Amino acid sequence: MQRLSSLAVFSCLLKRELLLGLRHRSELLHPLLFFLIVVTMFPLALGPEPEQLRQIAVAVIWVAAVLASSLSLDMMFRSDFEDGSLEQILLSAQPANVLVMAKVLAHWLLSGAPLIVSALTLSYFLYLPQSATVPMLATLLLGTPIFSLIGSVATALTVGLRGGGMLLALLILPLYMPLLIFAVSAVNNAVQGLSIKAELYFLSALLVLALTLTPFATTASLRIRLS
Amino acid sequence: MFGPLDKYAAPERFYLLCKSMGPWLSAISLLLFLVGLYGGLVYAPSDYQQGDSFRIIYVHVPSAWMSMFVYVVMAVSGAMGLIWKVKISDAIARSCAPLGAAFTFLALATGSIWGKPMWGTWWVWDARLTSELILLFLYFGYMALQAAIEDRRMAARAGAILALAGLINIPIIHYSVEWWSTLHQGPTVSKMDAPSIHTSMLIPLLIMFLAFKLYFFAVLCMRARCEIIEQEKNSRWVKQLARGGVDS
Amino acid sequence: MMEQLNEFVHMGGYASYVWSAFGLSVVILMAGFYLPMQKEKSILQKIRKNLERMERSK
Repeated sequence: MQRLSSLAVFSCLLKRELLLGLRHRSELLHPLLFFLIVVTMFPLALGPEPEQLRQIAVAVIWVAAVLASSLSLDMMFRSDFEDGSLEQILLSAQPANVLVMAKVLAHWLLSGAPLIVSALTLSYFLYLPQSATVPMLATLLLGTPIFSLIGSVATALTVGLRGGGMLLALLILPLYMPLLIFAVSAVNNAVQGLSIKAELYFLSALLVLALTLTPFATTASLRIRLS
Repeated sequence: MFGPLDKYAAPERFYLLCKSMGPWLSAISLLLFLVGLYGGLVYAPSDYQQGDSFRIIYVHVPSAWMSMFVYVVMAVSGAMGLIWKVKISDAIARSCAPLGAAFTFLALATGSIWGKPMWGTWWVWDARLTSELILLFLYFGYMALQAAIEDRRMAARAGAILALAGLINIPIIHYSVEWWSTLHQGPTVSKMDAPSIHTSMLIPLLIMFLAFKLYFFAVLCMRARCEIIEQEKNSRWVKQLARGGVDS
Repeated sequence: MMEQLNEFVHMGGYASYVWSAFGLSVVILMAGFYLPMQKEKSILQKIRKNLERMERSK
């Protein structure tokens, strides 16, 4: 039997995940619609004055993005857990970390990337100044992968549990708080014309930390849940 | 693996150890509580700025310290259970969570009672109170996960991973919240530190701290006993214990 | 003597805060001590009842 390289398996699994994800398009849209609806409620509750909306725009978009991404995590492992293919993936001769990372990357491409696009669009609707668009994009680019990475640990721990979705949110939201603080503070600094370097460094550090540690934690969690 | 401690890693031995240690720890901690309360409420002079309200630190600060300490104990013993498959570390980790949550709640409640005369409101989004609140959420998350997973072994191991993830996050949360609060420095100066603490104020605080710590270990012993007999309820020694020690 | 006691209870005008903080701590710590004691008893009782039921059904 021919032994495949890890990279080949990684891309193979990534392709499979993307294909499966795109086949269930409506499922991908749910978190985005949720995001849209939550953000829409703020002008309705607060009133349509641009000045007021501008002030809360960053906070609203980031909080709604955190909530939407915590809802989207549920689909990362569930269907594979239910039909047993997750077990097969973990039992394969390939390093499980690599395979888990392929799933996380696919999840980010399918849910994180669309979230970035819609967040930027919504920031226009909430009158966020033009100067803040690039910083917003930067924080989202650094932040959404961290959502998927940290989220993968909690998703793996709660996969297959009754009421897993709500439990998942309870576990994951406190861990997202540092991310929220740095991201919102970066964009707010940009609005005021201050430097955002420090916050971006922190976000990058968090991303690197999450990238190095979470694959192991996620694999271990999946092994525990499947034992 | 633990050298001379190895024999206590057997659940039955550990149960007996807890049973014999428990009363001693409780007694010493009660004694220290009485001394510390006397020291804090009577012996320590009142603060020149905060008056007698500063005496709340004698319960607030030790419970805040304990809330962090218990999380570390929970994560470390969870990790030991995960790596070396020691049954008793699972029991210890599971016993820590409600206790840690109680300390965290106490730190929050006494902090807000202290805040009322100092700041004029029951709650201020002060850096320390906010990170304490997030810590409470972390404890609740752990307890929710424990409740959701039926199998005790699996629950303990899943909890260990969650606790380790939380442990890595606690310094980050702490730092980011400090960052956030310096950014939004309101009109009220949030300084909960005992200003330039005097020795006569410090000694009761240290005694209270010891009392809290021993209290934690005493209650941990009791909780771990519950966890162990529940975990081992099909073993012979637990059945004997349930029958009142007589094997009939 | 009475005056000193009065002054102690009064806590320099902060009586309600100081005593509620200490009272809450005592209540929570006592409950934390009492509950596991009861729990162990009830667990052992449950195990004993189970054993008795199994013996009777034999």
